[in-house]
Amino acid sequence: MANLTNLCLHEARDGLIKKSFSTRDLIIDHIDAMESSRNLNAFITETPELALKSADLSDKNFANQNNRPLEGIPLGIKDMFCTKDVLTTASSKMLSSFIPPYESTVTDNLWKKGAILLGKLNNDEFAMGSSNETSFFGPVINPWKKNDSTESLVPGGSSGGSAASVAAGVGVGSLGTDTGGSIRQPAAFTGTVGLKPTYGRCSRWGIIAFASSLDQAGPITRNVKDNAILLKNMCSHDSKDTTSSSKEIPDFESSVGKSIKGLKVGIPSEFIQDGMSEDIIEMWTKGKEWLKAAGAEIIDISLPNTKYALPCYYIIAPAEASSNLSRYDGVRFGHSVNSNDINEMYEKTRSEGFGDEVKRRIMIGTYVLSSGYYDAYYLKAQKVRSLISLDYSQAFNKVDVLLTPSTPNSAFNLNEKCDDPLSMYLNDVFTVPVNLAGLPAISIPSSKDKNGLPLGLQLIGKPFDEETLYSFANVIEESSNFKSLDNKWWLKDE
Amino acid sequence: MSVNEDNVKKIARLSKISLNDSEVKKYLTDLNQIIGWVDQLKEVDTEKVSPTFSSFGAGEGIKQRDDIVSDGGYRKEIISNAPKSEEGFFLVPKVID
Repeated sequence: MANLTNLCLHEARDGLIKKSFSTRDLIIDHIDAMESSRNLNAFITETPELALKSADLSDKNFANQNNRPLEGIPLGIKDMFCTKDVLTTASSKMLSSFIPPYESTVTDNLWKKGAILLGKLNNDEFAMGSSNETSFFGPVINPWKKNDSTESLVPGGSSGGSAASVAAGVGVGSLGTDTGGSIRQPAAFTGTVGLKPTYGRCSRWGIIAFASSLDQAGPITRNVKDNAILLKNMCSHDSKDTTSSSKEIPDFESSVGKSIKGLKVGIPSEFIQDGMSEDIIEMWTKGKEWLKAAGAEIIDISLPNTKYALPCYYIIAPAEASSNLSRYDGVRFGHSVNSNDINEMYEKTRSEGFGDEVKRRIMIGTYVLSSGYYDAYYLKAQKVRSLISLDYSQAFNKVDVLLTPSTPNSAFNLNEKCDDPLSMYLNDVFTVPVNLAGLPAISIPSSKDKNGLPLGLQLIGKPFDEETLYSFANVIEESSNFKSLDNKWWLKDE
Repeated sequence: MSVNEDNVKKIARLSKISLNDSEVKKYLTDLNQIIGWVDQLKEVDTEKVSPTFSSFGAGEGIKQRDDIVSDGGYRKEIISNAPKSEEGFFLVPKVID
């Protein structure tokens, strides 16, 4: 039998239903792939025994025709999601031995639909980073390399393990979280499809909090249809998250393949940046042509406050993080340093338990919230946030979706930007505004740069209109004819 | 605006993070670089703008549930991750003399 990891999510689903192979066969192939891909460092915790046990239950359900919508589907889960009785670290020393006594709502939804956990995926510490290099468990390596190069590249971040594993064929999909681009940027860097849903679409309960007004969970998959299937099965109205939406959950899968004829696409002029590479400009132009050829109308629009989104984000996100991460005090859970003085215990616990980037953001957040600076920074940023949201709501009076590049560049070298926080932050220039406005957005692999590395186009939608995004994303997917990774070099390095 | 070494030490104290002298110097550079960069927000006219604290509410308000106990009784599970505990309580250093 051919290796079953070559199948995407919907192919695996259909194969299981037709009994072309058993869940056990599928899971064994994915466990083998996970084990032979360890030099990518995508997983922090592997759960093969648990997966095989679940596979047997799934096979029983298939035999009894009790199979659920995602029966037997192997998934990797970012280590920001609490998984009951399975180590959950947020890729931090602070939580390096934390075993949650409860399950996050979105993962619980997936297991109830029959999906199977393969393991927990590496990410930037507490989801703070754009290259997966801030992880306490070491960086994740991008399965892609430049043509004729052996240099290691970052997979993007913070959901670096989620994107790299799916690109490498380990698991048919994964969950990530996206606070400022942490699903879409790594998806763009690894040639995968990543969606950040509308704020409120997915419950945040049981996800380790970074910036609560921005965080959303979302799926990373090998194609658009798979992405729609995963989203449908992870969202629900959850009374345990007051910001969880009670809106009806559509059948997103049926939007894939729907015509976009007559719909309007906005091209925001402010996203055209000085020094943008020819490859990115060319991909964007091709994107417009593909949508036009499918019957959509292209309209130039303006989002005048775009340039302020990134500095606005780097006030709001650290402010919320400094508050959320105050819970790591060495008392109730996590790393703890012994001392007879409680303040010394707190300070040493947090100094040892947190890495550099996390400390930097906690301190920025503490500063912008501190007496005398609150109005000048935090309140100011929240006002600018209103202006950014207004830009988008006005644009959506004229158009149905917006089309932009996902990132200003392709994947960069390991250690290239580690010592310069600002140049790292600039990676999220196209993704951050979407989180501030709470909108849904998707990154679709669309082209390759001159070095053969994947580039992504981003579609931004109206609130709770992920359906239109999937219809457009499918047009881009079919037009781009993007060739996924075929050289599995990391298997040879064993 | 910019910060000096004393400011950094104060921010670290408020953040409950202990820093040695070389870390103070490193974070001084980082913080000033970031603060200098976010200062560009000053050029935006926000006089008549009200702040947004949450991106939720695209047509929906936050609902209140009934004020009834709906969950609980997990003392053992909650304590299970505590670095130090005794008889179902978290242990902390002495805080009152």
